[in-house]
Amino acid sequence: MSTVYTRRLSKELAEIQTETKPPIGIRLLKADDFETWIFEIEVLGDSLYRGERFGLKFRFDNSYPFSAPAVQFVVDSGMKAPVHPHVYTNGHICASILGDDWSPTLSVMAVCITIQSMLASCKRKELPEGNDTYVRTAPDNPKKTHFVYDDDTSPFPSNRV
Amino acid sequence: MDMETFSQDPSTTSKGKGKSYEVEYETLSQKLVEELMQADVEHISAIFGVDSATAALLLRHMDWNKDRLIDKFMDNASSVNVAAGVTPASPASSPGPDRSRRSTRTTTKSLKKAEPAPTPQPFVCPICFDDSQVETLALVCGHKFCTGCWGAYVSSKIREEGEHRIICMGENCSVVAPDPFILRALDDDAETAARFQELVVRNFVASNKNLKFCPFPSCTNTVSCPAAASRSTLTTIVPTVVCGADSRHKFCFGCPIEGDHRPVLCAVSKMWLQKCHDDSETANWIKSNTKECSKCQSTIEKNGGCNHMTCKKCKYEFCWVCMGPWVEHGTAWYSCNRFDDKAGVEARDAQSASRASLERYLHYYNRWANHEQSAKLSVELYVKTEKKMEEMQLTTDLTWIEVQFMKKAVDEVEKCRTTLKWTYAMAYYLAKGNEKELFEDNQRDLEKAVEDLSELLESPIEPENIPTLRQKVTDKAVYVSKRNQILLEDTAQGYLEDRWRWNVAVEGFD
Repeated sequence: MSTVYTRRLSKELAEIQTETKPPIGIRLLKADDFETWIFEIEVLGDSLYRGERFGLKFRFDNSYPFSAPAVQFVVDSGMKAPVHPHVYTNGHICASILGDDWSPTLSVMAVCITIQSMLASCKRKELPEGNDTYVRTAPDNPKKTHFVYDDDTSPFPSNRV
Repeated sequence: MDMETFSQDPSTTSKGKGKSYEVEYETLSQKLVEELMQADVEHISAIFGVDSATAALLLRHMDWNKDRLIDKFMDNASSVNVAAGVTPASPASSPGPDRSRRSTRTTTKSLKKAEPAPTPQPFVCPICFDDSQVETLALVCGHKFCTGCWGAYVSSKIREEGEHRIICMGENCSVVAPDPFILRALDDDAETAARFQELVVRNFVASNKNLKFCPFPSCTNTVSCPAAASRSTLTTIVPTVVCGADSRHKFCFGCPIEGDHRPVLCAVSKMWLQKCHDDSETANWIKSNTKECSKCQSTIEKNGGCNHMTCKKCKYEFCWVCMGPWVEHGTAWYSCNRFDDKAGVEARDAQSASRASLERYLHYYNRWANHEQSAKLSVELYVKTEKKMEEMQLTTDLTWIEVQFMKKAVDEVEKCRTTLKWTYAMAYYLAKGNEKELFEDNQRDLEKAVEDLSELLESPIEPENIPTLRQKVTDKAVYVSKRNQILLEDTAQGYLEDRWRWNVAVEGFD
């Protein structure tokens, strides 16, 4: 399994760095190993997040790609999570493709694009319900949280790229 | 209350059918449950003319509700097939050569190894990007992946997520892998295959109201208890069951309590446990025993003395009754002349009512907790008893069989303490009246008998008094057992006759 994991990530990294450039607004910041990668996400064009830049952190273990990577926004001195109904202030994201709807045929770039479009289609900048309670009790790894994807009217939870 | 019955038949300790506080049930091994499951699968397979793997997927999709499945399937077979993941959703999403999706007999085909690509280009698995592997597998949807990736995926779903419904790895594909495919993907991983089988059985048991898994760790038995399958029966019976694996695997079929909560109904037990766990009782205590200093807000407990309070923290002097500053009370040092004010009276009444309700609760809770504690201590008592039994075998000519009376007596004490414990929860919620008094009479008789026996078991053993002790313990144990039966019998009968009245609203009662 671990050979699949490294081969798969090397291949994805090669595609990002050389063959096919990532879509506009997505930039690789750090991928020194096969444990943590960081991307910069920017929503271009008309959106509530014009001019804002966010860090998107991926954490992998050797169950990748059979199990989803742990994905969250970077929250530290320089960076903040976007204000969005599916993003908690600790950077955790409630998105079905990072949980139940993950498929091994999805990729790191597919996740980046989904998150970018999730921001682009946002209508109102507001925090998720129960943000404070969640942030206070949340585990370090967002994969340990069992999110309920109840917001079927939003294009996002069902939006697989 | 029924001494005649007792004297007529002093040896009835064995569990007989037909006691009104017992429920009929059956223990099923995992193998037996698999057979039940298989029977349903064969039935559906025969009716629909599909193979058994497909029938299993359809049944799991409908939570094993055969009637509903038959209805829906007769109504619109292809939509049921799609929803159950037997066939792909739309023909367009099926790129593979295996296009026989209209037929319901496609699952066997999916087991065939997909042919290696006929073109000279090697197959590159879209998941691991390995082009050296030639063995691939695909479900009816035709999404091809290498066998290695399928194995890793299936195994991760089963082992990490505990999922028996394994959908195709292809994007937006909702075809579900049938059992033979899963076993093939797992290859020779017997452990994961066994786990898969267990998950499937668990799904079957969870879908069937007549069945419940034994909740004890690593136990794989199932109990079948159709008598307690419907919630409405839980107002008249307490379905305590013991799985055949071990006499300690005792649990309630009607609620999640892992033990015997007779004679108390599931709904009442739940209320009681909730009350005991609830912090509100602590809050009640604080409410009825303390007040806050009206200057610095420190919480003060008044445990005696006069009404002239001096806050330890801020030295503020005030009157406990009216909470006003003490200086206004002039020379009436030991009584507040506002004591009889309307506001004062009301405040006092509210406080004493709250205190009375708390005291009532504590009365029952302390006895409940005491029996629970004593039941735990009986484990220690058993160790001591075992030692005594060994001693007895050495010092007397009693055989092992003959010293079993001690063990039997300890078991009886533990059993009856569990009953006693719950009788306090019952009494807490019983409305005042003759019925409650009769119940408490039975409770008292059992309690007295149990305490006598407990004492006897802890008394020192001298070789010369062993025969008398044996006689006494045996007699007392029989008596205790009988008292327990009388109490349980009477309570159970009361449920059937709708004799018990509650002082709160109980789920299922008007």
